[in-house]
Amino acid sequence: MPEIIKDDRVVDDPWQALRLGEGQSPETLALPPEPTLFPLSVWKARKGELLSRARTAGVWLASHEAPEEIADDIGRLGIIGIDFPKFFDGRGYSSARLLRERFHFKGEIRAIGDVLQDQLFLMKRCGIDAYAVRPDKDIRAALAGLSGFGETYQADVDQPFPLFRRRPV
Amino acid sequence: MYRYDAVDHKLLKERVAQHRGQIERNLTGLLSDEELRPIRLQNGLYIERHAPMLRVAVPYGQLSSNQLRKLAEISRRYDRRSGHFTTRHNMQFNWPGFKETPDILEELSTVDMHAIQSSGSCIRNITTDPFAGVAPDEREDPRPYCEILRQWSTFHPEFTFLPRKFKIAVSGSADDRAVIRLHDLGLEAIKNDAGETGFRVFSGGGMGRAPMIGQVVREFLPRKHLLSYAEALLRVYNRHGRRDSLYKARIKILVAALGVGEFTRQVESEWAYLKDGPSTLTDAEFERISRHFAPPPYENLTDDVSLFTGETEEAFTSWIENNVFPHKVPGYAAVVVSLKAPGHPPGDITDVQMDALADIADRFGFGELRVGHEQNLVLSDVRRRDLPSLREALFPLGLATPTVGLLTDMICCPGGDYCNLANARSLPLAKAIQEKFDDPRRLCALGKISLNISGCMNSCAHHHVANIGILGVDKNDKEYYQVSLGGRQGNRAKIGRVIGPAFPPGEIPGVVESLIEVFIENRRPSETFIDAFERLGVEPFRARAYKGRDKSKLAQTDEMSHA
Repeated sequence: MPEIIKDDRVVDDPWQALRLGEGQSPETLALPPEPTLFPLSVWKARKGELLSRARTAGVWLASHEAPEEIADDIGRLGIIGIDFPKFFDGRGYSSARLLRERFHFKGEIRAIGDVLQDQLFLMKRCGIDAYAVRPDKDIRAALAGLSGFGETYQADVDQPFPLFRRRPV
Repeated sequence: MYRYDAVDHKLLKERVAQHRGQIERNLTGLLSDEELRPIRLQNGLYIERHAPMLRVAVPYGQLSSNQLRKLAEISRRYDRRSGHFTTRHNMQFNWPGFKETPDILEELSTVDMHAIQSSGSCIRNITTDPFAGVAPDEREDPRPYCEILRQWSTFHPEFTFLPRKFKIAVSGSADDRAVIRLHDLGLEAIKNDAGETGFRVFSGGGMGRAPMIGQVVREFLPRKHLLSYAEALLRVYNRHGRRDSLYKARIKILVAALGVGEFTRQVESEWAYLKDGPSTLTDAEFERISRHFAPPPYENLTDDVSLFTGETEEAFTSWIENNVFPHKVPGYAAVVVSLKAPGHPPGDITDVQMDALADIADRFGFGELRVGHEQNLVLSDVRRRDLPSLREALFPLGLATPTVGLLTDMICCPGGDYCNLANARSLPLAKAIQEKFDDPRRLCALGKISLNISGCMNSCAHHHVANIGILGVDKNDKEYYQVSLGGRQGNRAKIGRVIGPAFPPGEIPGVVESLIEVFIENRRPSETFIDAFERLGVEPFRARAYKGRDKSKLAQTDEMSHA
């Protein structure tokens, strides 16, 4: 079974992110029964079917797709993926913060795609709490990416108060 | 100046350890060159033509004498005994070893220095007026806001991988000396009718391939909202800025595409969610940070001092005239330490000069210096009565070139001699122009005039806002130089217009001479070059620049449509 980082540990995880292949259409795609993160297009086209299997269906957002698109479904989703097509495409950080801070999503936010050690800490601070590290990388080594900095200046999802509000007076 | 506390120190240490780990993983093959690239850039580390280049940040230009000594030491140990000051308050080392960079960063951290976010697609080093805190026309000291922004932008979790670099400049004076209208985000500290401090917010300015003047997105932003507003603006940019083309990824392209009205609407609607949240600044925080910038222990003096005790040397007079600037405290002056000595690359400084200048700063200037965007240094608090002895100390070091603001006070990038991006070698050209205009009397007579040379369209040397801008371009693998006229910085910032086909390098000093001739022939008493240019229009200058030149040696280039 594939492994991901969750709760600061490496764990087995059955969820797969489905990416539409050439010629596959959201309307006619055969929905795999396994726990699956579906592309937004499939989620939108097949919402009726997918909502009935909330424990094995989630959605993932491409980096150009806005969290606003799923704002109405937030309460019915347990897991949302955020895709990083390239690790230096930083749109996913804003998406994650919006899901947490504006839409108050309480479930799992999972980074998928080009997910690498050196970005994990930033992801964590933006509200991402599960990391499907790129399979060719050593996921146990990548764990180190979650620590390394003991303090932060800004307000973020992890630490809602900026340092200047937390300093002893 | 700002003194690091325990948290600042800890973060810096952790950053050095992180960089060391990344370099080690790269050397052992665990982190590929492509994966390392964006993160090493955010530690100022480039891989250049001959060697790596390390760009060290001097946040908002504040430099202590001890920090300058450390830079001297690093230049001795890891470079060829010199460093180069850029237009964005950075010092570049051109010859460090790749594997040595963690050690260099560790050395820097001992004096609270670093290379954090001096490159990469992130919020860059904040820049400001080199006369901040001492300028007579200042309304508000911009430095506390710069420091607040430095902390906020350092390792910002959401804005570390933006579409492209993001530059912020802050000005607090009546005259803008920080080029805020040519920045991604320009902040002008002002007071409203009720006497509250805030900012006029400009965005969408920038140089590069498509130069644009920033537009006002908010006339007055109360200062407590500085961070939440910046966060809203950055979020709109991070989400909607273009990522499909490197040349269209700056915020100026987004602002232009949406129109400033729609851009502003989006920022304001995002801000409505963030306003008054935890990032709202508190008076206690303003006070805490401002205390770091308290004035030094000035003496009670008057401006009324005789500077001419002995013989009145002409070079001294022009140094006083050009390099010494007014100060808000009686009896004091701000002095520009010129890094534009003839025959030397603009902005370069040797280890010997750095060490000596650090001592001079201790002796004459409370141990502090500023780095200005025009590639000179500033001693901001010098007693007027010390000016003769200060000049005597600077002169033998080659740091008293009395040409600040004059034609040869050029801004110039390192160009093709060092930089991977450059099309052309800007340094030899700067030297040729310096040689052509080597008569100090003549330079003084020409008055204020700016001439900047960029080796490529990235415009590191700000050629777009120079009265005379010179840009290196490549045509069929040969270097040519495009000339633009009419650019200016400040409150009336303007982008210069290209006058026509590009010249081969050898022609440029002669072209500059032709432009100056037209100015001299038509000048009204005490008129500056730019004022004469605006009165006369481009035509007489263009005509003379091309007169008698071999047309077959010119190059039509595709980069001249931007005017």
